[in-house]
Formats: sequence, C-alpha cells, structure tokens
Amino acid sequence: MNYALFLGCNIPARVPQYDQAARAVLNRLGVEVLDIPDFNCCGYPMRDTDSQAFLLSSARNLALAEQSGLDMMVLCKCCFGALKAASYALAQDSALKNEINALLEPEKLSYQGKVKVKHFFSVLQDSVGLDEVKKKVERPFQGLRIATHYGCHALRPSAVTEFDDPVNPSLFDKLVEATGAESVDWAEKTDCCGAPLMGANDELSLKITGKKLKGARKAGAHFLCAGCPYCQMQFDTVQASFIKSEPGKGPMASILYPQLLGLSMGIDAKDLGLDNNCLDISSIKLFLK
Amino acid sequence: MLFGDKLLTVIFYASLAVFVLGTIYKVYGWFKAKVGAQAPDAAPGERMGAAFKGVVGMIFSKKLFTFLEALFLDVILGRRQFQVDKLRWIMHSMILWGFTLLVIFHAFGKLVNPWFVGEYYSTLNPFWVLRDVFAVMVFAGIILAIVRRVAKKSPRLSSSPMDIYAIIIVAVIMCSGVLYQAAQMTSYSLFVEMVEYWAGLDMYDDEEDVQAIEAFWVANYGLVSPNIEEPDPDMVEMGIDANDSYCASCHTASPKAFLSYGFAKMLSPMAGVLDGSRKALKYFHLLACFLGLAYLPFSKMFHLISTPISLIASRVMDENSLPENIATRQAMELDACVHCCTCSNTCSAMMASVTSGNKLVLPSEKMQSLKKLANGGELNADELEAVSYGVYMCTNCNRCTAVCPSGIILKDLWMSVRESLIQKQKAQPMVLTPLSFFRGYNRARIAPETYGAPAQKAQEAVAGKFEQLAAKDVSIDITQASSAKANPMFAYCFGCQTCTTVCPVVGGFENPEEELGLVPHQIMCSLAMGLEEMASGSKMIWDCLTCYQCQEHCPQKVPVADILYDLKNLAAARVLPEKQAESRKTK
Repeated sequence: MNYALFLGCNIPARVPQYDQAARAVLNRLGVEVLDIPDFNCCGYPMRDTDSQAFLLSSARNLALAEQSGLDMMVLCKCCFGALKAASYALAQDSALKNEINALLEPEKLSYQGKVKVKHFFSVLQDSVGLDEVKKKVERPFQGLRIATHYGCHALRPSAVTEFDDPVNPSLFDKLVEATGAESVDWAEKTDCCGAPLMGANDELSLKITGKKLKGARKAGAHFLCAGCPYCQMQFDTVQASFIKSEPGKGPMASILYPQLLGLSMGIDAKDLGLDNNCLDISSIKLFLK
Repeated sequence: MLFGDKLLTVIFYASLAVFVLGTIYKVYGWFKAKVGAQAPDAAPGERMGAAFKGVVGMIFSKKLFTFLEALFLDVILGRRQFQVDKLRWIMHSMILWGFTLLVIFHAFGKLVNPWFVGEYYSTLNPFWVLRDVFAVMVFAGIILAIVRRVAKKSPRLSSSPMDIYAIIIVAVIMCSGVLYQAAQMTSYSLFVEMVEYWAGLDMYDDEEDVQAIEAFWVANYGLVSPNIEEPDPDMVEMGIDANDSYCASCHTASPKAFLSYGFAKMLSPMAGVLDGSRKALKYFHLLACFLGLAYLPFSKMFHLISTPISLIASRVMDENSLPENIATRQAMELDACVHCCTCSNTCSAMMASVTSGNKLVLPSEKMQSLKKLANGGELNADELEAVSYGVYMCTNCNRCTAVCPSGIILKDLWMSVRESLIQKQKAQPMVLTPLSFFRGYNRARIAPETYGAPAQKAQEAVAGKFEQLAAKDVSIDITQASSAKANPMFAYCFGCQTCTTVCPVVGGFENPEEELGLVPHQIMCSLAMGLEEMASGSKMIWDCLTCYQCQEHCPQKVPVADILYDLKNLAAARVLPEKQAESRKTK
C-alpha cells in the first residue's frame, strides 16, 4: 500500500503536527508514503482570481504523481478538493487538458488522467479498512465525546469529490468511534469552519467559526476533531487569538484526527506533535483507558 | 614591489581603494535601507549601535557556539548548498576554493608563501603544479556553471546580466592567466633571460651547455626556439645533465604545470606572436584581476562578503533580536541573494507565474525588484504593480526560506514588503481570497488601524459598475446584455432559492441583500438576464465561503459556487494590471 503524500503549503509551514501524526499512524497501519519534493501548491488559494493558475498548479501535481506511478494521498481537505476539482474539470474537457498540458510541456510533464486522488480518511476506510484500524487501537478512549468536523471541500460538491454522503456523512464518525470515543450528533457537523474568509473578511469568518464552536459545545462535545490544516488553524490558533470563550468556559479546542487515533494506538503524545497545537489538549489523555 | 612594475602597483592600490570604499558604501547601505513599512525609524548610527550590541551579546553567550558552527559548516563547507543541490555545491566549491587558493598562493604568493617555504620561487613545486591544480578546479567549476545555465532543466532558472558578468569576469581572469603562462613556457626571449640571469651562463662563452639545455627544453619543456626545429637526440641527452646542474634547482619541469603546458604545446605554432605579446598578456591578466577587485562590491561577487554574514545571521538571530537589527539583516539579505533561483524552483506558487506572465511571482526575481526598492530606487508604475502582484501571490509555504543556500529568511522579507505594498499600492483583488489567510492569521503583527484598509480598497475596486444596484430608484438596463463568460449552466436555474436558503453567509446577516448586494439566486437570475458585469460586482461573490452548500443542494444541478468562482475571476481581471489582463486574453 503505497501513496504519494501530498502535504500542500500549510501543513509543513504551520501545522507540522498533522504530518507528523499522520505518518506515525500510517506507519503503524503499514501504509508507506512517498514524498515528492517537487510538488507545488494545489492551486486552491489562486482559484478566486486566476482559475487557470489553479488548474495548472493542480495539474502539475497530478502529473508528478502520475510520473511516480502512485496514487495521491492528501491530508488537507482544501488541497483535496482542489485536486479533485481540477482532475474532474480536465477529465470533462479534453481541449482544456491539452491547453494545460501545453503549459506543462516546458518541464517535460504531462497529465493523462490516470492518477487517483484520495483523502487520508478515505485511505483509512477503503485501503486499510476500519477493522484493521480498530485492531491497532491499544488504549481506546472512554467517555470522550468528540464533535467531528467534516470539512466542506472534501464533502462537496460530492459529484466531484466522491468522499462521502454530502448530507448525511458517516466516514469520519466511524473513524472517531474506532478509537473508542463517542462521536456526538450535532447540527453544524458539515458546516464551514470559516477559514476561507479569514484575512479577507475577518468579521464574517469569525462569526461562522463562533457558530460552529457554540454548536459543538451545545452538543456536549469535549473536543472538536478536524482532518484539514485550514479548519484546524481556524479552531486552534485563530480561536485562541481572536475568539472570546463563552463566559465561564474555556475554548472549544480541536484535535487532529491522526493525533486522536495515534493516542488510542498508544503512540506517545510527543510523536504526535500534541504540543504543537496552540490550545492545550493534553487533558484528552485523561480519557484513555 | 608586489607586481614588479610601478604602474601596475599604482593601479592595484587604486583598485583596492575602490574595493574598500565600495564595500564601506554597500555596508553602510545595510544600515540605511528600509525594507518594508514596518522597519523601525532608526538612523544608521542607531542601527550600527544596535548591531554592535547584538554582536557583543552573541560573543558573550551560548550563541557563540552556534556562530562557530555556522561559520564552519555553513560558510566554509557550504552545508546548505550541499543539502539542496550536490552538483551546484561541487560547482561552487570548485570555483570558490580554486579561486581563493589562487588569490592566496599565486596573486599574493610573494607575501604569503615565504611563511611556508622560506625562499619562494613560483617556478618550483609545490607552487608550480598547485597553481594549475587550482586553475583546473576553477575551470571545471566555470564549465559546470555554464552548462548548468545553458542546459537548464527548469524553466524557472533564469540568468540575469549580473550572473553572466560574474561568470565572464572569472573566465577572463582565468583564461588570460593560463594564456600568459603558456606564452612564458614557449617564449624564447624568456629562455635567454633565464639562462643568463638565473643559470649565470653566457650565450657565447657557454655555448655548448646553452645549446644542450635549449635542445632539452625544446624537447621536454615546451620551449619554442627559432634555432631548433627538430631537437637533436644527442643534444637532448646532454641537456639532461646540464638542466640538472643549471636549471632544476629553481625550475620544476614545465609539464608538471599540466594545464599551462598543454596550452603551451597547443599554441606552439603561434609562439612568435605570444613571445612578442608577453608583456601585454601580463598586463591584461593583472588588469582583469584589478578590475574584478574594484567592481566586486558592485557586482554579484559581493556575495563573498554578504552571504557569509547572512548565513551566520540566520543562525544566531531570531524573532527576539532587536527590531533595528532585523531591519539591517533584511537590507543585507538583499545583497546576499546570488540569484541562484533555488527558491523559484521550489516555489509553491510557481505556476501562477506562467499563467499571469508575471515572473515576479518567483522569489528570486522578486528579490531583484526589492533590491531596487530598498535602495530608494524608483520603480515605474508597471513594475510596482507587477511586484505587488508577485508579493501577494504567495502561499506562505516557507519553502523558499527552507532551501535558500544563502540562509536568507525570505518569508520575513515578504511579510515586511507585502504589508507596505498593499497599503500603498493599487487595490489588489487577491486580498479578498484565501491568499489572505496568512495575513489574518498574523493580524497581531500588523498595525490595527491599517489592517482593514487593503480589503476595503479591494472591495471598492472589484465592485465595478455595481453602484447601479445600490441606488434603488435607478432602473437597470437589460437591453445591453453582455456576452456570457461564466459557466452557462446558470441557465438551468428556475429560481427556487434553495441556494440562498442553505447559504451560511446569507444566514449570517439580518439584511443579507443590503450586506451582500445580490444573494446567490439573484446572481443566477442576473446572469440569465445577461447582466454578467453587474453580477460580478456584487459583494456576495467575495464573501462566498466556497462551502458548496448551494451547489450540492441545487435541484437543477447548477454549479452555483463554481459560477461564483468564474465571476470572481472576471471581477479580478477588471482590476488586474493591463499587461496581465492582456496575457490572459491571448491564452
């Protein structure tokens, strides 16, 4: 089971613990990953003002992965959404594909549409299997209530992303339950984290984030759980810096899924980069059996 | 006398003076230049004081060990370069060390070498052979450098005139040196001079010995004599002993200097001309060296001074360093960039430079404009717009900083410059996109009173002709329908308003239409009426979270969010620099 690991820009620069924790659990699960240092931005942040730069950026990554002969595993959901959207668009329109390939030509690259793009979660479910994941859980959580945050760009548009049921998804909940934690049911589960507007319209961005945090709290969750660096930064650093907690309560901290899974596998918190999170989540270890 | 000639000595000292004054001028510039708006207002004197404090503080702390480590591993061994590109490391090390050793043991041999050997003769080993060994190192490095630039594997490796100049000056110094040495080896007049002066023989009284030596030198040492066409083997045989007794004590066998000897053999048919131009060649070689020295502070070769400082500063300084010192470091870093393009080759946003036709997206190219800006140079309006675009089209992945062989903290440079450019320059639509996440994330590092201005400015710029919607009493002209550039799928919209109902942005406002201009279904409706320009002027498109709820839930499968992306592209194109808009049209 080998994948070309696509990290994108945010993870190495600002959320290295996601990379660290994902590698730690993948290692336990026997999934091998290949790093391709030539990968560039997925194109997601360029899409608003230069859709061609977005397509070309994604296509270059897809072409590089294709060259390696491996499918891509993506940790960031915005990268995942962008790569999926690009491969979908290029599959639909061969003239567009030729145009993009002509721009890749100076680097002797070409995208043929063979490579599959998968999010980390889908690899865990489809390639590894939930039973295998469960088998590796040595110290399941007990009494821990987790609010899963699915992330828009993995879920929608579902025809493009092929990630899960866009209205009633279950993949993430099953993954959380594999660790022994309870996945709470909450209304804002599939809503946006607010990150796409951070820096562009902070007020609106923080309003959207605040609504999610409140919702998770109302559902009785101890922690949020994310599988995307943007969402995680929004819930972690951005919350810590810009969002006032509800009176008498602390912040609603978020844990990255591989950190959660890693802890239940008995992996040391240090090797999961728990200290790299901005908000202190070390209390989650108290729920381990 | 250092160069055995009054005129040359005078020129040398003049060049040295230019070099020293130029270096002082450049270094002073580091204390004077301001990179970005956030650099503290401190006079050069204050910044020098801060730098002095910083250096003293470093010497008397644990950081001294970091300094020594950086000096040895990063500066001397070139560790960062080795990690990034082994071939380039070999190229650079060969040129650097070959040339440095030549400067020490050849150019300043008369001063340096007596320390090692007592009495120094440039014609004796080890110096006789070492000079050529060092020269071969430099030549191999230069050839690698040229091949690397000519056979560039990546479209992002580019050569500026400065890069070419640097290679040319080193090549001219080296070639003229080898040519001069080859001319000396073949020279008959020099042979006569040596025989008379060094061997103490008389051309007539000691004719037999001289002829034997001449035959031997013609046969074995590359000498070209007008008296001998084909040396007589008996004479050559006799010459062995004569050479041993008269020459060998202060002249190593010429072929040991294999490079010059090879050239001497190759050029032997032209020996007469070479002999006549020996003095000219010597002048040419030395003047090339002096020119290189005098021009060094103003050329790419100044990195000999700035890059080691940058490599060390990047290790011993951190965010807690004095702001004055950070400002000085950033100005110095602009000089430490050698335009090797390693950063551009790893730049995450590299593809945007292809689609926008703006090479200033690439870090190595941006550096050139920033150099101009920081030194108070004027950029014209086009250049300013291009550099503003290039600086904002950055995903802040920090890879440029991670790979820079000169240890330049590029990410901090971008941060400083970006803020001053978006505040001062024209509206930048990218401020309204996720490219701004990093700026929002770092909001605490930006003055609160200026934080919101760039987004405000951009909002106004992208709104275009949208004001017709703001005035409620103005009727909208739908007879001037524009040709649709957005995805035509909007045509399937039957106005059920599901998109608007599920939109979390719309749901976040009491009076969404007032706040957003048009809500999603109204945008689809506007498009159906051919009012594309108006639709692309609504604030809604920039407040879209791209959560795709609208698109997912549309019963008609209208790709609502994708259409909003199209509209944002159209709106941004209206504000883009003309050249870029042009380059888009032609694609």
